[in-house]
This record gives sequence, structure tokens and C-alpha cells, in this order.
Amino acid sequence: MAHSYTPGLTVTERTTVRRRRILPLPGTVLVKVGDAVRADTAVARAELPGKVVPLNLANQLGIAPDEINDYLVKKEKDSVQKDDVLAENKPFIKWFKTEIRSPITGKVESVSTITGQILLREPPRVLELRGYIDGAVAEVHPDQGVTVESTCSLVQGIFGIGGETSGELIMGVKAPDQPLLPEQLNQSMKGKVVVGGAFLSAATMTRAKELGIIGLVVGGIHDKDLRALLGYDLGVAITGTEQVGFTLILTEGFGTIPMAPKTFALLSAHAGQKASISGATQIRAGVIRPEIIIPHSGPAAATKLAQAEREGIQLGDPVRIIRDPLFGKIGAVSGLPSELRAIPTESEVRVLEVRFPDGTTTVVPRANIEVIEGA
Amino acid sequence: MTAAHQSPAIANPAQPLNVIVATDCGSTTTKAILIEKVGNEYRQTYRGEAPTTVEAPFEDVTRGVLNAIAEIEELSGRTILDGDRIITPNHATQGDPKRGVDIYVSTSSAGGGLQMMVTGVVQNMTGESAQRAALGAGAIVIDVLASNDGRLPYEKIERIRTMRPDMILMSGGTDGGAVTHVVEMAEYIAAADPRPRFGSTYRLPLVYAGNTDARPQIKTILGEKTALDFADNIRPVLERENLTPARNKIHDLFLEHVMQQAPGYKKLIEMAGAPIMPTPAAVGVIMETIAKREGINLIGVDIGGATTDVFSVFNGLFNRTVSANLGMSYSISNVLAEAGLDNIMRWVPFTIDEQTLRNRIKNKMVRPTTIPQSLDELQIEHAIAREALRLALIHHKSLATGLKGVQQERTISDVFEQRTSGKTLIDLLKLDLIVGSGGILSHAPRRIQSMLMMVDAYEPLGVTTLSVDSIFMMPHLGVLSTVNEQAATDVFVRDCMVYLGTCIAPIGQGKDGERCADYEVALPDGRIEKGTLAFGDLKLFSLTRDQQATLTLQPAKQVDLGEGPGQSFARTAKGGVVGLMLDGRGRPLQLPTEQAARVAMLTRWYQAVGLYPAGS
Repeated sequence: MAHSYTPGLTVTERTTVRRRRILPLPGTVLVKVGDAVRADTAVARAELPGKVVPLNLANQLGIAPDEINDYLVKKEKDSVQKDDVLAENKPFIKWFKTEIRSPITGKVESVSTITGQILLREPPRVLELRGYIDGAVAEVHPDQGVTVESTCSLVQGIFGIGGETSGELIMGVKAPDQPLLPEQLNQSMKGKVVVGGAFLSAATMTRAKELGIIGLVVGGIHDKDLRALLGYDLGVAITGTEQVGFTLILTEGFGTIPMAPKTFALLSAHAGQKASISGATQIRAGVIRPEIIIPHSGPAAATKLAQAEREGIQLGDPVRIIRDPLFGKIGAVSGLPSELRAIPTESEVRVLEVRFPDGTTTVVPRANIEVIEGA
Repeated sequence: MTAAHQSPAIANPAQPLNVIVATDCGSTTTKAILIEKVGNEYRQTYRGEAPTTVEAPFEDVTRGVLNAIAEIEELSGRTILDGDRIITPNHATQGDPKRGVDIYVSTSSAGGGLQMMVTGVVQNMTGESAQRAALGAGAIVIDVLASNDGRLPYEKIERIRTMRPDMILMSGGTDGGAVTHVVEMAEYIAAADPRPRFGSTYRLPLVYAGNTDARPQIKTILGEKTALDFADNIRPVLERENLTPARNKIHDLFLEHVMQQAPGYKKLIEMAGAPIMPTPAAVGVIMETIAKREGINLIGVDIGGATTDVFSVFNGLFNRTVSANLGMSYSISNVLAEAGLDNIMRWVPFTIDEQTLRNRIKNKMVRPTTIPQSLDELQIEHAIAREALRLALIHHKSLATGLKGVQQERTISDVFEQRTSGKTLIDLLKLDLIVGSGGILSHAPRRIQSMLMMVDAYEPLGVTTLSVDSIFMMPHLGVLSTVNEQAATDVFVRDCMVYLGTCIAPIGQGKDGERCADYEVALPDGRIEKGTLAFGDLKLFSLTRDQQATLTLQPAKQVDLGEGPGQSFARTAKGGVVGLMLDGRGRPLQLPTEQAARVAMLTRWYQAVGLYPAGS
């Protein structure tokens, strides 16, 4: 198979990214093409319909459903305040009077003479969609949202949790193979994105939360610490909505794995600059990887768009091994034999040869490497 | 399936079908196969695959289809494509048989498949019937709402609002019965105003298959808000389920609405010579066909990266379930979460610390396309597969049941037996065949590995034949069978099904080494293998598919082989690429809880059948 390698994660100093900012339902776009936007600029707004509260009036009044219109005080589409009388009976003796009051402030959405139900709806909630990255509006999708474009440095992670946020990028360690320890975090890191090296522990995460750090970027963590952080065992890698106090991005995987030198060098070079980060990960059906976007100042110049199509793997390509027993090792492709080879499991698969920086080589299945993109 | 929405390229029945190209657009890979008529029979000759291209940057499923077909072109030397067009028909009559194909057919589960929400009135009656109808049509059911599901009305409305299904199936009430509850559910749906998963501008398809008396009210409430369509009631009377009309309607709407929104599917529908089928629906067609043709009870399983589908046909009744989050790559971590670490570790023939194992499983989840390179990694994946298969069967058993809530006639003989309605239809003692499919089973380095994975997960009882799909082509053959049954059957028998062998498993438990049964196996070469099968033994005899052995077993007094405890048992059994397996490990199967004893026991079993390379 011509494409039997895993498309890698992009780590690039300069690229142009476009991010679609789409409302969950139609609304109003607040900016126009060419407008400069910041990460916190509201670019579109929508009104989310309020909660619906059903009440069965027929049951509560002890009448047949088709009689309820005779008992209604409020009609369809009327506005109601909390505790307003919605319906009442008119008994001969006042003591037997029953009044049904509205549990919410809102509107009468509908009345059914078949089920005897009245549906009340709370007022709509305004949702404002932010720009997420500093850049310019490249496209407006009428009533739906915009596409924001930015010239930036881009680092894609392998897995993350937590949503979009932005803040100053700051280095927590001096080398990519160092773990990020709780004592390396301090008050000055509040509201910032802290970059670690090979590993961070549950204690570091707790400390980060206490200090109000908004983002952590690191090579790896242990699965058990993730489970402790989330409070459950994550079964399927669809993330981005977790609320654990910060956004976490892993650049390499699970375990103690030094951050790729290139990634660490790039992030170090931009320490002190503003970064937009997102932990949203979706491995299946429309791959979404977590990302760190560091916008370059000035207008968006026409640089190449990220994720340009590659033409297979080539000799000399920098690669990362992504499966045990050599998980996390980085090298360059030194051989691409075309024939199938038997591996220790007895499977016959396509393989390639990787040369490591110390000059040693190894043979691994092509499926078990990932090209380091943007080199 | 109705033919109402077939494409212009639909097959001409008068035209011979000699060359067929079929694809299955999976969520990750698009797999293409070429089928050619050789002499009087159809054979699968070449295959190709390419990444599926539903997502950005391509957003056109046909790119992946064309790439996969291009690979077949390269391998076969046949010209199939003319630019972006599949050349049909084959040019044999013009003297160029190596140009073009007679028909192109396809299945699809790309983009997460068909995701449905279903509603009923009583959860374990119409709710379950609706669920069975949707599952049988190849859908993933994302929620079942019912009047008595324990959720408060506003919770139901919130739930409907937050889900983004591709389609809704509503059921409830018997024909002529009360309409109130089903109308109430319609009101909730209208209030929630659910949005479809793809495209914000089109109306969500909704099939109403409940009490026919409620149709006018349903139309008033939902006619404007959804693309409403009606099908016959799936439970016209309490005692009978009528799922076919609703299933057909789901297929029609899938093509008409859902597929039209998915990237590139309009083009795909035009390219195909038969309606595109959801992948699981096509596999279901094949399972039903085998069971019917052979007159047997079967269980089929397709264990994929994200989901595990289980199909069963017992006494002619077809059922399908999908365990949406049990799989070997995307969902591998969920198998760990659901099964628990101990259940996975009980199949691993070595010790490994929990942290390392958990990290490895998570790393597979985030990089789902990697393959085990070392033997211990393969053994861990096989252990996880056993648990995924086991859990998916438990799920299937809970839904493949008789109708619940049905009044049962009781006679004097039932006085001492308390039976409830809704018993599972899955009876492992009456099971004849297990068919396995999906990467971990189809591509296991040794076929015995597939066989033992299924035996360990399902614990078949008595005599059961096992087989696997050679290269995962059941979906292709399922859709092909709707066009040409002979072609589908020929390829299925000759190229698709690989018979692994037969497993003989006595029911009962005993101490390790204690007598389970005495056996005598008369092999086709005249040899007679005689001996005692002890508890804890696993024995394998070489016997090919076209060979037959005669078995005689005399079980110990507490052991049953289907004839009753201690009753002797005689039977002929066919072999396969693995052979004939005598499984004396007891049923239910028990493993030592102490770690060293468990590893020793597993090692003994695995060595007895040559499961992994020697010295492992």
C-alpha cells in the first residue's frame, strides 16, 4: 500500500492556519472579511433556545386532555413569569380551587389537547463565539460563522484534554528530557501556558490547578494520572470539553517520553509570546489533534497552508517510532525495502529501516512510525 | 430494500455479470475487491485498499474509492478507470476483456456510520423493538427514549436536543390502541427541535412506525419540523414484531437524506450500480443467507477498530447488535475500562505491571493504526480481543430476546417452572457455527489464534464449527448478493470463508487433571485416537475441511455433551485449517486466580495447540 504510514504531527516554525469558527445553530456574524481579530474577539453570536419544561395540566387539574383550553389562563405564545397562573379550575366552592403556576419565566410554547400537556420554554441564552487565534477574517459563512487565518508557528500534539484557551507561553524546564516537577511551578505562571519536558505527575497537575495555570504542554503522562485527573477511565479519545482547570497537551504519548527536540526547541524559541492552545482530540472520523498556535505579529502573509499533501515516505525523512519496544525513539529513514518481511509476531508486513542519531539502525513495520511533519 | 432511489447506473438485468468491482468505505480504510467469472464460477481475484477520504482535506469519499480501485488496476493489469469514471460495462464483446467492469457496488460505514435515535412507549417492548429495527438496518443506536425510561420529561427533551443523530425512528402503541404516549413523545421531539449530524440546513429524517391511528397527530406535530415518513407499525399487536417495513424505510432515507449530506456520496451513489448499503446491513444479509442455506444457527462477529458488531440467526430469527465502543484500536481503551484490568490480564501468559500495560493501551488508542511488533504485544492484543468479543456477546444476548410483555400460555406441565417472557434467543448448545471477521481475527498470524480467541470469548458448548472471513469481504458480498446471488455465494464459499475447524466442549467443571470424558476419534486415514480428556486439557487433531472424523465420547457422570449428564455422545465432525479441538477446560471456563498458577495454565494450553512460536 502506497500510504501505509501514519501521517505525522506537524511541528513547524512558519505556516498559515485557517480555523473555522462555526456556531452550533444559525446566528449573526459580527465581523467581516479582512477584519483583524484577536483570540478573545467575539466573531459571531447566536441565541440558544431556552430549556423546555413540560407540565401535564390535564393530570394536575383532573380533567380530560381535550378540555384544557377551557381552563387555560395563559395561551400559546404568551409570556409568563415564574409563579404566574397558567391554568385554573372554577369550582363552586372556592376551597376546591386548583391553580397551576409556572415553574419558570419564559413563554408558552405549545398546548396539546391530545396529551393535556403545556410546554413552557425558558428565554434564549446568548452564545458568543470567540476568534480563538490572533489573525484576520479570511471568510464569512453567512449566519454560521467565520474562518480566521493566521500566520504562525504550529505544534500539533498527540492527545489532549480541555478546551480552547490562550496565554503567554513559558518554559517550565530547561531540557526536553526533564520532568516538570511541582516545585518548578510558581505564582508568576498564573494564566500562562507552561511547557514541560518528558513527564509530569499528578502532583504537578494539582499544583498547576492551584496556581491557575491555564495550559500544560508535556511529552507524556501516565494513564493512571489521567484517570485520577478526570475521575474516570477515558474509553474513547474524543476530548475537548473536559473541565479540569487547565488544558493539557501531550506531544509524544503515554509514559515518560522526552519531548521531540524539534518541538522543544520551537516552543523555547517562542517563550514569552502569546499562544492559543486547544486540547480537543478526536482520533476517529475526522482526526482532530490538540494544537499550540503561536501567531506571528503583522498581517497574515501568504505562506504555505499546513497539512499539505505528502507523497509517501522518503529516505531521510525524520520519523518517530510509535510502538513498543522502541516507542518514542526518533531517527531518520535509512532504508525502504519493498518486499514483505516477517516480524517476531510472524506477521508479514512492509517495513522500513531507521537510523538513530548514534548511528545504530533498526527495522520496524511501516505502520509503526510517524513522519515528523513540517521539517 | 426498495428500488425507488437507485442510481442511473443501475445494473441491467439482461447484461451478463462477468467482472465486478466492489468497495467497502470504512471509517479508516476503503477496501476494494475484484471478482471475475472464471469458467462457470465467480472468484475473488485481486484486492486493493486506500485511506478513506471522507474527512478534510479531501472531503470526497470517491477519492479513496478511486485510489483503492487504482491499486487493483495496477495489480491486475485491467483498465477500470477512465479519469474519475468507472468504465462499465466490460469491453469483452468489443474484443477487449481487460477493459472495464460490468458493475460497481459498494457499502459504507465511513464518517461514523448511520447514527440513530429511537423512541418507544414501553422501554422493553416497543423501545426494544425499535432498537432491533434500527440495528437490523445497520445503524448505531445512540439512545433509546421511552415514556417509562425513568427520565423526567425535561431530561428527555434536553437529551434529544443535545444528540445529533442522522435519523430518528419513532415507535409506540399497538394499532388501534391508545395514542397519548406516542403523541407525547412527538411533542417532546418537536420541542427539542433536534438537528442532524451533517448539514445544518436540511431537515432531520424521522420514520414513524408506531400506532397507525396516531399518524394524523404525528403529522401535525412533526410534519413541518422533520422530514417525516411513515412505515408500518413495528409492533402492530403485542405478540408480533414487524421490523422489515421500518428497516426498508431506514435504508431508503439513509440513501435519500443522510448519504446526500456526507462528503462525496452523491457522486458515489451515481457511480454505483446498486444502492449503497450500510456495511453492517450488508454483513447481516450474508449471515442470514448462510444460516438459511445451511439450515443452521449461527453467531457472526465483526470486530473492528471502533466497534464490534454481533449477528445471530437462531431458529431463523435474525438479530444484530453493535457495541459502539468496543474495538481494537480507537476503542481499545474502552475495552479496558469496561472489562477491567483483571479480566484482560487473565489471558496474558506473562506478568506485566499495571502502569506499563495501561500506558501501552492508551498509546494504541492515540495511534490506532500501529501493529504489534513483538510477541508480547501481540499476546496483549489477543487478550484484549477476547474481552471485547465476550462483552459484545453479552450485549447481544441482552437484546436478541423473545418478545417481552407477551402473555404466555401455561399448561399443567409448567406449574413448577417459572419462566418469564423475553428470554435470550442465544443458546450456545444449539449453536452450529461461529463466523469471525475483522482485522484481529482475519489477519492473526496463526489461524489457531483466531480460533482460540473465539472459543475463549464465547465458550461454545457441545459441538461448534468455527470460521473466519479470509480478507474481510463479507460486506462486499452482502451488497453483491442483492444484485447477483450466485456470484456472492460462489465467492463466499470459495474465497471468503476459511473454516478453522470444530470445537468439542463438554459442559461441567472438575479439578485439574480429573477425568472429564473418554474419547475415541476415528480419523479418515483409518487411525483411531483413543484416550481420556482430563479437566484442564486442550487437545488438537489435524483434520482438514474436506475430511470428516467420527467421534465417540463417554463423559464423566457430572459432565454433559448435550445428551444429558454422563450420557455417551457420538457425532461426525468436519475439520478445517486448524482441525478438531477437544476442549476439556470445563464450562463455564475457569482460570486460576493466583498469578503464577494462571500463567502456568495458560502456557500449558497455548503450547498444547501451538498458539505462538515455540520458546515464547
